[in-house]
Amino acid sequence: MNELMQYIQSYLGSDRTPGGAGNIFWATVYILLVFGGLSVAVIAMNWLERKILAHMQVRLGPMRVGPHGLLQPIADAIKLLLKEDIIPAEADKVIFWIAPFIVVLAAFTVFVVVPFGPTHAITDMNIGILFMLGVSSLSVLGIVTAGWASNSHYPLIGALRSSAQMVSYEVAMGLAVVSAIMMTSLGSLATGLYGAGNVDSQVSGTLSMIGIVQAQQAQGVWFVFKFFPLGLIAFGMFAIAMVAETNRAPFDLPEAESELTAGFHTEYSGFRWSLFFLAEYSAMIAVSSIAVTLWLGGWLRPFPSVHGPSIAIPHIWPPADPSAPTGALDFVLALCPGISFLLLGAMCFYNVQRMPKHPLFKVQTLGLAGFGAVLALIGLILFVPPVRDRVGDIFWFSAKVTGFMYLYIWYRGTFPRYRFDQLMKVGWKILLPTGLALLILTALFGMRADISTQFLGGLGQ
Amino acid sequence: MTDPNTLSPLDLETPDKTFLDANELVINMGPQHPATHGVLRVILRLDGEKVLGLECVIGYLHRGVEKIAENRTYTMFNPYVDRMDYVAAVSNGLGYCETVEKLLNVEAPPRAQYIRVILTELNRMASHQLWLGTHALDIGAITPLFYTFRDREEILKIFEKYCGARLTTHAFRIGGLQYEAYDGFEKEVKNFVNFVKPKIDEYEELLTTNRIWLERTKGVGVISGKDCIALGVTGPVLRASGVKWDIRKALPYANYKNFDFDIPVGQNGDTYDRYIVRMAEFRQSLRIIEQAVEGIPAGPVMAKVPKVMKPPVGEVYHSIEAPKGELGYFIVSDGSTQPYRVRVRPPSFVNLQALDVMCRGQLVADVIAVIGTLDIVLGEVDR
Amino acid sequence: MNPMAANPPITNPPVATPFFFYLLAATMIIGGILVITRKNAIHSAMALITALLAQAGLYLMLYAPFVAGVQIILYAGGIMVLFLFVIMLINLERNMKERQFNKQWLVGIVAAAALGGLFITVYTTSTRGKELFPEGRVAYADGQNTQAIASLLFDRGAGQYMFAFEIASLLLLVAIIGAVVMAKKRI
Repeated sequence: MNELMQYIQSYLGSDRTPGGAGNIFWATVYILLVFGGLSVAVIAMNWLERKILAHMQVRLGPMRVGPHGLLQPIADAIKLLLKEDIIPAEADKVIFWIAPFIVVLAAFTVFVVVPFGPTHAITDMNIGILFMLGVSSLSVLGIVTAGWASNSHYPLIGALRSSAQMVSYEVAMGLAVVSAIMMTSLGSLATGLYGAGNVDSQVSGTLSMIGIVQAQQAQGVWFVFKFFPLGLIAFGMFAIAMVAETNRAPFDLPEAESELTAGFHTEYSGFRWSLFFLAEYSAMIAVSSIAVTLWLGGWLRPFPSVHGPSIAIPHIWPPADPSAPTGALDFVLALCPGISFLLLGAMCFYNVQRMPKHPLFKVQTLGLAGFGAVLALIGLILFVPPVRDRVGDIFWFSAKVTGFMYLYIWYRGTFPRYRFDQLMKVGWKILLPTGLALLILTALFGMRADISTQFLGGLGQ
Repeated sequence: MTDPNTLSPLDLETPDKTFLDANELVINMGPQHPATHGVLRVILRLDGEKVLGLECVIGYLHRGVEKIAENRTYTMFNPYVDRMDYVAAVSNGLGYCETVEKLLNVEAPPRAQYIRVILTELNRMASHQLWLGTHALDIGAITPLFYTFRDREEILKIFEKYCGARLTTHAFRIGGLQYEAYDGFEKEVKNFVNFVKPKIDEYEELLTTNRIWLERTKGVGVISGKDCIALGVTGPVLRASGVKWDIRKALPYANYKNFDFDIPVGQNGDTYDRYIVRMAEFRQSLRIIEQAVEGIPAGPVMAKVPKVMKPPVGEVYHSIEAPKGELGYFIVSDGSTQPYRVRVRPPSFVNLQALDVMCRGQLVADVIAVIGTLDIVLGEVDR
Repeated sequence: MNPMAANPPITNPPVATPFFFYLLAATMIIGGILVITRKNAIHSAMALITALLAQAGLYLMLYAPFVAGVQIILYAGGIMVLFLFVIMLINLERNMKERQFNKQWLVGIVAAAALGGLFITVYTTSTRGKELFPEGRVAYADGQNTQAIASLLFDRGAGQYMFAFEIASLLLLVAIIGAVVMAKKRI
């Protein structure tokens, strides 16, 4: 027992991820946390999508099941679990069963390397980004087998189209990712601003997710603003390609209801369909995490290199860790997690006060007030210094990913759908050449100092 | 440029090879489909993704309206015409009432004519708003539907206050109107005009310059002016192909002569031009409504019409510009209280012929867009 | 802060290596057997995918994470998708009814066993054989696999494979253009 406690204690205070430190217990804890958090995020995303889309369309969305429809996703989950499980006749039962499993597997395994903080990842593989891109391309297999197993023309055509679309946009995604990776090999301020690195120097690029964010921290700038506008164009390219990769509007022709071919998950009902849906939202969160890590500075707060004057407030600031920055801007931004949860709680209480004063609404009003109280309590806990110092990274990462989710919903509400050949045209004839040009230009900018020392006798540095 | 006279009907035997081996594929877009705007069956002959030809099977909504007319008196038949094009019911009523008035040789009093024009133009707007919402929905933009329906509610509220019904209004009577305009009618119509002008800008902002919308609609479903005239296509489809023909200007009825408005005309005859033409028609309708509301004369709303209508023996054809095209009524009277024959020339029925010409050479996904842009209502096609 | 510091050389020994090795190897062998014994071509393809993923795991255990990642992306995620497309688009009804093994299965097993015995004998008994497969880890530090491959490919001094790399990519380009030209209906 004591050994167990020692084993558990040995990890705390480490500066590596549990996988990197080899600590199985904490790795399992992190896996469970990520799994649980992801499930909660998918459920919340379901509710958010219906509400935000409804508000964009001048209507209210779900309002009845739970206060303001907050229990609607749970009702949907229960309904899907209770539905009859239909397998089409003459469909291959083994493949029919396996297909949603593959898609969910691919979508969830990706989160093994997603970094919520410098040590807050399950593990940090040094091929992190390559692993994420590779495993998310395994979901194409699941889609193709799902279309095949349905034993009917239209799902097969829909599945083949879906997979062709996903494969095409993976190319564009890869090119954007490569130009971001190239930026990680640029030196920090200590070794010269744009010194190129090679394998013998201290500084070299890295594929590891945590390393990419630390490179942004060392260079003091989010990669989206680096070599302006190249970083921005790369980020834009990835943002478009990731929407097409996850089969979301405006690239959702293969699964649109009003088109002729009805999509690969037509024959799936009940729980199996909900697995596809779960995998789709997890994939959305996964590619958003890639975009956030590569271009938006991962867990870094906005303006990571600006600290402001150093201030000290007794018992509240500076934080206990002596290496943490102590500026005024740090303090203000460290309060953001708590403030945001308090704001959410305040919104709940505002809506409590707007509820109709009818006895039938009593349960809903109480429920909403309870929910608001929980949110406000979480906000207050987030002000407590030990919690506040640890939670900042996770909060900023999650906030950025949430922003991307809002973008996804916004696209769905605004844009019409691309026709399939126009979709492929955008992927191959517009994004691919742009990606190649971007790659070359990024490399040129990065090598600028090296070229000038080589050929112009050390003119820039 | 295809010659409609040489179009042959489809060869409908299904190939006996597997569907991926065959060069041609016959696909059925069944009567139940989310995007065919009613019960329309379209049989497509495809080569891969390209449409080689198509055939429409109609009749799923046939209710025998024209036969019913032979057993009803002229006044009793009036509510039936609303149910043909149920989206633009007021126009149907206008066409029928004016045709019978022509047969009886009476003319509705000026006040009735002005109110008729106002209600008909409001109905034109409502029909176009429904068209815009559903057409955008078919192409994938799911939001304009809600905006257009929200604004259409205001029009339907005016109808409800006027005659008690929102959709199938039975607003007009032979010889004029039954109901006087309610108190505050002019004010409400003026408020509506001011309310809806920025909303039309809103719809345009969402779609007109949207690059995805342009790619989906430009060059899709092209039909030339000559083909339109050869097939008998009328309405915004004809005007978008470059032919400036509007019955309100060419053969004016219901004192449209007194109003000043333009006829929007397109150039290319593709889906985008039809969209632009209908959006411009919104604004022209608002112009007409504004002028009409300013100058409603005082006076009776019903002309002197006999209680038992026995029109003289003869036949008459009268057509109006319905939101979807030329809506014509051909009534043959044999001197009795019931017509001998009522033949309706529905614009959607004739326009549907153009679907084949428009879709040849297009991709399958565009067929849905083209059906939407033709703006057909199956109640009118099948009667 | 040096990005390389995120992956300092490993100090803890790897965890439960024999267990994972036997698990991955067994998965690969079972996957391979299923590939050749299943009648349904799709089942065979799925078994092959399992085998390839297990192989990626084995690469990870050999401290070659880059090769593992590329194995997943290219083999499991690219080539197997291609296999599945082809299997699904051709008519396989007839093949599903054929016998899976012909009459010479006994001769085949004997030959395979003999070859396997030969390999095992060479490896375990002769000294030359043991030199072919030295024990122990590769010399790279944990974070260096990608960098080492990149250096072999691209470095000015140490890189010897640049020419081969470029020729291979040219070959792939020719193959892509040829496939597109052959598959188009009309120019």
